[in-house]
Amino acid sequence: MDFLNAIVALTNYVMIPAVAYGSQLALGALGVTLIYGVLRFSNFAHGDTMAFGTMVTILVTWWMQSMGINFGVLPTALLALPFGILGSMGLLLFTDRVVYKFYREQKAKPVIFVMVSLGVMFMMNGLVRFIIGPGDQRFSDGERFIISARDFKAMTGLREGLAFKTSQGITVITAVVVVIALFWFLNRTRTGKSMRAYSDNEDLALLSGINPERVVMYTWMIVAGLATIAGVLYGLDKSFKPFTYFQLLLPIFASAIVGGLGNPLGAIAGGFIIAFSEVSITYAWKKVLGYLMPENLQPDSLVQLLSTDYKYAVSFGILLIVLLFKPTGLFKGKSV
Amino acid sequence: MKKLLMATAAVALTAGTAFAGGHANEVKLGILFGFTGPIESLAPSMGAGAELAMAEVTKSGALLDSATVIPMRADTGCIDNGLSTANAEKMLADGVDGIIGGDCSGVTGAILQNVAIPNGMVMISPSATSPGLSTMEDNGLFFRTSPSDAREGQVMAEIMTERGVKSIALTYTNNDFGKGLSDAIKSSFEALGGEVTITTAHEDGKGDYSAEVGALASAGGDILVVAGYLDQGGLGIIQGALDSGAFDTFGLPGGMIGDSLPKNVGPDLNGSYGQIAGSDSAGAQIFADMAKEAGFDGTSAYASESYDAAALFMLAMQAANSKDPAEYRLKIMDVANAPGEKINPGELGKALEILKAGGEIDYQGATGVELIGPGESAGSYREIEVQDGKNVTVKFR
Repeated sequence: MDFLNAIVALTNYVMIPAVAYGSQLALGALGVTLIYGVLRFSNFAHGDTMAFGTMVTILVTWWMQSMGINFGVLPTALLALPFGILGSMGLLLFTDRVVYKFYREQKAKPVIFVMVSLGVMFMMNGLVRFIIGPGDQRFSDGERFIISARDFKAMTGLREGLAFKTSQGITVITAVVVVIALFWFLNRTRTGKSMRAYSDNEDLALLSGINPERVVMYTWMIVAGLATIAGVLYGLDKSFKPFTYFQLLLPIFASAIVGGLGNPLGAIAGGFIIAFSEVSITYAWKKVLGYLMPENLQPDSLVQLLSTDYKYAVSFGILLIVLLFKPTGLFKGKSV
Repeated sequence: MKKLLMATAAVALTAGTAFAGGHANEVKLGILFGFTGPIESLAPSMGAGAELAMAEVTKSGALLDSATVIPMRADTGCIDNGLSTANAEKMLADGVDGIIGGDCSGVTGAILQNVAIPNGMVMISPSATSPGLSTMEDNGLFFRTSPSDAREGQVMAEIMTERGVKSIALTYTNNDFGKGLSDAIKSSFEALGGEVTITTAHEDGKGDYSAEVGALASAGGDILVVAGYLDQGGLGIIQGALDSGAFDTFGLPGGMIGDSLPKNVGPDLNGSYGQIAGSDSAGAQIFADMAKEAGFDGTSAYASESYDAAALFMLAMQAANSKDPAEYRLKIMDVANAPGEKINPGELGKALEILKAGGEIDYQGATGVELIGPGESAGSYREIEVQDGKNVTVKFR
């Protein structure tokens, strides 16, 4: 019984939150890594792209709610998601046309692209705040829990509760579906193959008749989709606030770099590594050990490796170690 | 040469006396607030509150043979010790009879140490709440019309003990306010025999608090006390703790009391409780009406405390029949506390008449003033419980 309690406590406070957070980071990191692989620069505007897509989704969700449209037990935002993706596709293609295209024709160095994306980031930052404001927005509806902690306790008679939120379930399922679809697209379709070819060797790709503008356009569209999905899932699970999304940029980049920039598989692994280390290293193991250890060996202290204040330090510690000893990331991406 | 010097000195002396004599019926009160800096949005209403009391007294003509009370504003920058002490010294040079201020705790301590104590000047601060100011050696020159944060910790500890809470987990927003308040709650609760299982900080403006909630849940406790802000991390922590089933009941200090919290969290918050500074005195409403008439917002934070600070100066001066800080400072506690006739805002003229006739008053003012210990507000608090999605006042303490 105690063993079960320990497992449940660990699942409730470490596994489930980390898996959900990891999926959200992985989706975000996939977008960053695609842009790095195909367009060859680090896109600082990614966090705000997520915010923009989520904002459009929220506005459409509110409209649907006012019209009485809903999705039963699932959040209405899932119905509005395609509109959000279309919105951010429009925005990204627009910025590409008016901003990035100019620098691409100049054959500007990657560092210039990075600075340009910084400027784009500030513009999007302002745009989102201008439209929806800087405050917290809540847009989740439908059933909140798949299993709530109270029901679980009543069901099993265990002392520990296990909560599994609908948003967490949706996050994990959506992430799996999206990742499978993305890999299928990159490996099996003509467009996907041409994107990979362009990423591997630009000149050779041009010689074999691949239209670079088309590749760039598809990349932005896929990135818009990934960013919006990641943003909406994060917003459903937590809450939407433009500043929070801007701050997400840091763990997302950490995930992409740890996994290896430009390598989609690495982005996914990186997302989960960052999420699990953030949650588990700062977790106080007292409760779990209290169940597992014999009576007289139970710990008095919290058994916490690092205070939760150092949450971000953990991901950046890992980032530093990876960059020092394996600069191309765990999955052999491109070196930064 | 010697004669000339003597003569000059003599002339200067007589001139000085003549100057003082000509202005005998003037009382100058310095208003030393942060008109720039982090609380610049509050300072104008605070200044207006103090000036409202002065105008009222001047109009009544009852203070020290119908003296005119002249306000003199200066800036502290809220966090600028150099600026504040320089401005306080300038006020002394201009001949103020008392200083209403400072505002933020840090600069208030600096002005007190560097200017007020060396010169024997009295200060009444409406808004410095740091517990450190209670123990500072002040030669009986420093008073405040706001309660110390230590007091809130004590009130909270009492409420929790009365409700049978044995152990708490404690999290605070990572700034001076949160840290000071959580220290106060922790020490008061432990003094009453309670146990604090964990004290951990949280950052505002994050989306994800699962790591913090995990640590708090592991440490355990009867309730979770969240010394944070209701629109910020405090909300995220409560939401996360409820979702994961870590805690059912929450302790909510002042920063967490507001209508938006029960609305955002929903029915799960019912049964949580806390406290916020506030009194049931009739004065608060009277003051708000007076302020509206005078054209400013009397419900703005610390505006009513500023009114009370200014009023205490003038009432104490009348009670001592002197505007010498060394004499009237002894009367401040007397006019603020019982026994005597209770005085509300707008009745300062009446109070002055009573004092003149040798009577006693118990100044209530806009905040139900009651000074304790080292000359600070006892602080009345409203005990709040969330019932049916609303903050309900259970009682006053």
